Amino acid sequence: MVDLLFYVFAAVVLGGGIGVVLARSPVGSLLFMLATLFAMAGIFVLFEAHFLAAIQVMVYAGAIMVLFLFVIMLLNLGHDFRKDFTYGAGMIAAFALAGLLAGLLARQLRGTGDHPLYAFFPGPEGMDALLAEQGAVGAIAHPLFTDYVVAFELTGILLLMALVGAIAIAKQRV
Amino acid sequence: MLVEALVLSAILFVIGTAGVLIRRNAIIMFLCIELMLNAVNLSFVALSRYLGIEGQLYVFFVMTVAAAEAAVGLAIIIAIFRHYETVNVDNFNLLKW
Repeated sequence: MVDLLFYVFAAVVLGGGIGVVLARSPVGSLLFMLATLFAMAGIFVLFEAHFLAAIQVMVYAGAIMVLFLFVIMLLNLGHDFRKDFTYGAGMIAAFALAGLLAGLLARQLRGTGDHPLYAFFPGPEGMDALLAEQGAVGAIAHPLFTDYVVAFELTGILLLMALVGAIAIAKQRV
Repeated sequence: MLVEALVLSAILFVIGTAGVLIRRNAIIMFLCIELMLNAVNLSFVALSRYLGIEGQLYVFFVMTVAAAEAAVGLAIIIAIFRHYETVNVDNFNLLKW
């Protein structure tokens, strides 16, 4: 059942990803991206990352994609159906680079299932015990506010800087 | 399911890369970068199932940085659009050479 659901979500993720690249209009790309993000949240649930699945839907699909949509509509690009693909040598170079990357990743993953490294993986039992003990949110919150508290506070400063920077850049006349 | 998730993550990353390379619309290139970030998030989450909670923490930070990056990047796109009246990156070659 879980495997079947994983394949369904994986198909939606891949279809959405290809749709993002090939859709003619920016709004179409954005809607394909939304499908990808929702299916990705489903995969996160299958891997017992419930908190991240909720964050994925609320922050990514809810906030970031709305920001993209807002900019598309602000700049009135919704009916921009002109072809904007790279042509000629650029296209060939792009596919060669993507193929090279795919080959490298495939080489990394070849025979992954029986790779000797996997024998050292502790397996899901430890995570299951942690989640049963502390719950989906507590398991993340505990290390976030103890071991990683400096990184967490720095994230707050980063967000403030992004906020000020975004307003300053978008406001000025160039 | 771990290996399948890693393969899916690799394929999605390559799709994102191809999108950045073949599309010329700045907003769609940006969406493809988000696609690549999501592919990496997927492999973090899949591995965290077996290796501990830290993988999920990193995904949390990656999402925060992605939100900040989207805000600043879209502000830059708005600034560029005001100047050139287009978001096609073929027209912005000031820093190319």
